Amino acid sequence: MFYRGLNLIIISLALSFFGLSAQAETPKEALWPTLKVAYFGDKTIREKADDLLVIEAPKRAEDAAIVPISVKSLQSQTATKHIKNIHIVIDNNPEPYSANFHLSPDLGIIDISTRMRIDQYTFVRAIAEMNDGSLHMVSRFVKASGGCSAPAGKDAAAALARLGKMQIRMRKPTVGKPVQAQMIVSHPNYNGLQFDQKSRQYIRAHYVKNIHISYNDKPLIVVDTGISVSEDPSIRFTFTPSEQGVLKADVKDSKEQHFSLQKEI
Amino acid sequence: MKIAIAVTLSFVMLLFFSGCYADSAAYRVSEIASGIYYHQGAHEEASEKNIGAIANVGFIIGDRCVAVIDSGGSFREGSYLRQAIKQHSDLPICYVINTHVHPDHMFGNAAFKQDHPEYIGHEKLPSALTARQVYFAQTFKEILGEAYTGTEFISPTTMVNIDQSITIDLGNRPLTLTAYTTAHTDHDLTVLDHNTKTLWTGDLLFIERIPVLDGSINGWIQTMQQLKAMELNHVIPGHGPASSDQWQQGLSNQLRYFTVLRDKIRTVIADFGTIEEASNRVGNEEQPYWELFEYYHRRNVTASFVELEWE
Repeated sequence: MFYRGLNLIIISLALSFFGLSAQAETPKEALWPTLKVAYFGDKTIREKADDLLVIEAPKRAEDAAIVPISVKSLQSQTATKHIKNIHIVIDNNPEPYSANFHLSPDLGIIDISTRMRIDQYTFVRAIAEMNDGSLHMVSRFVKASGGCSAPAGKDAAAALARLGKMQIRMRKPTVGKPVQAQMIVSHPNYNGLQFDQKSRQYIRAHYVKNIHISYNDKPLIVVDTGISVSEDPSIRFTFTPSEQGVLKADVKDSKEQHFSLQKEI
Repeated sequence: MKIAIAVTLSFVMLLFFSGCYADSAAYRVSEIASGIYYHQGAHEEASEKNIGAIANVGFIIGDRCVAVIDSGGSFREGSYLRQAIKQHSDLPICYVINTHVHPDHMFGNAAFKQDHPEYIGHEKLPSALTARQVYFAQTFKEILGEAYTGTEFISPTTMVNIDQSITIDLGNRPLTLTAYTTAHTDHDLTVLDHNTKTLWTGDLLFIERIPVLDGSINGWIQTMQQLKAMELNHVIPGHGPASSDQWQQGLSNQLRYFTVLRDKIRTVIADFGTIEEASNRVGNEEQPYWELFEYYHRRNVTASFVELEWE
């Protein structure tokens, strides 16, 4: 959300640079120093923060359209010391700034995962922003998939037909015990990088931009999402229901369409 | 300095590897039924060395003209295929039929532009191409190197609608083109030669090489059952040998592979498992049966998982 303007600049620069025919070759130089300044200004980021965070991603993007990425925290969230935000940056994607997870101290532990598009080999970074404002980063390198795996949807008609359909899935929860849950919304998440040969124009992006997950109306996880997120955005997370209540997910997309679903626990 | 070394190295490598398809003479097609020729693709990933010639491509000769079925994995393969056609027939090339969007099946299209053919594909081929072409151009320029030069993305001029087969005639040689609902991709097309009862399946059938899912696992399983019921003399799969007697077994193998995947992934999903758990656990017993298993199996599991999640 807060770096969106800058992302648009990067995308439009990229598009004008790539021209109509093709994108440039896989970038060989490191983009991170530039991205770091663009997204975090002159703030210090502690690198290799393995004592705080673990990031998991496959070594190779098996399917360029669906690459599971998860981030776990090794320290419990407390009111006095907690991770406020986790920023996900995928260096070589068309829009590197891929998601920002705003996290509640009520989560207890951080264990989140989602699915991203990765079309060329790249670093995937998770940058934790603590409540004191300090920044801590872990990263993984992901190799590109081979051959015909494009970061495009497999069945556009099916995805559109299901648009807005949602699921909240979990194992049987117990009050007071951590439980894993998944929120998934059917959405084509068009990234705006698809070229229409007839009109000689890029097809407008249409993607989920915000996912708001709450328990008894108190926000647990609010995610600002961009075009790196896969079709049918999915957020998996762990939380501890402190009492019986309602888990709710609200989704907003770039055309200001709203979708929501709730589940009683 | 670095550039000089890289240039020298790639030149040396080019000399070294050029054994594969040094020129069009090394590019061979075989006649599997009267007037039907195909080049069998290598069970490899596309590379500069193999000029992207990893899929089965070929042509059918009628009394009036020639139809190309899949044009090759690069402009270079397309031009070799064109030269092979010229060795077997002086008739004009009137159709270039693409069975689906994947690079190994349609990157040779531009090699036939001079023949002004009708390009034919599934009604959903143009949008599939639109969605992928920026990515394909970027990726395959690197993968194919010199062989890529000249490659263009040419969309069909004639389209076949789902459930409305069309028949074209090459001169006493009717071919029926059928467009399918989502299976290997959302735009698969097959070509049936009535004279010899030969079916070009495109990538609806992989023999020996591991099948790759870029459409719908449920849809593909259904389509395979449909194909199994057909009475045919010859089948040319998208990958692997053409035959009269191996295709039924090939279809059974492919059906078994995807049925195993589907059953086991459903179990993982029902137990609230993840894509990672499914790709680690599901279907590894299939490895001995497939070439390039390690390249595509986990991808198939991932693609199936996100589809089956919505059942």
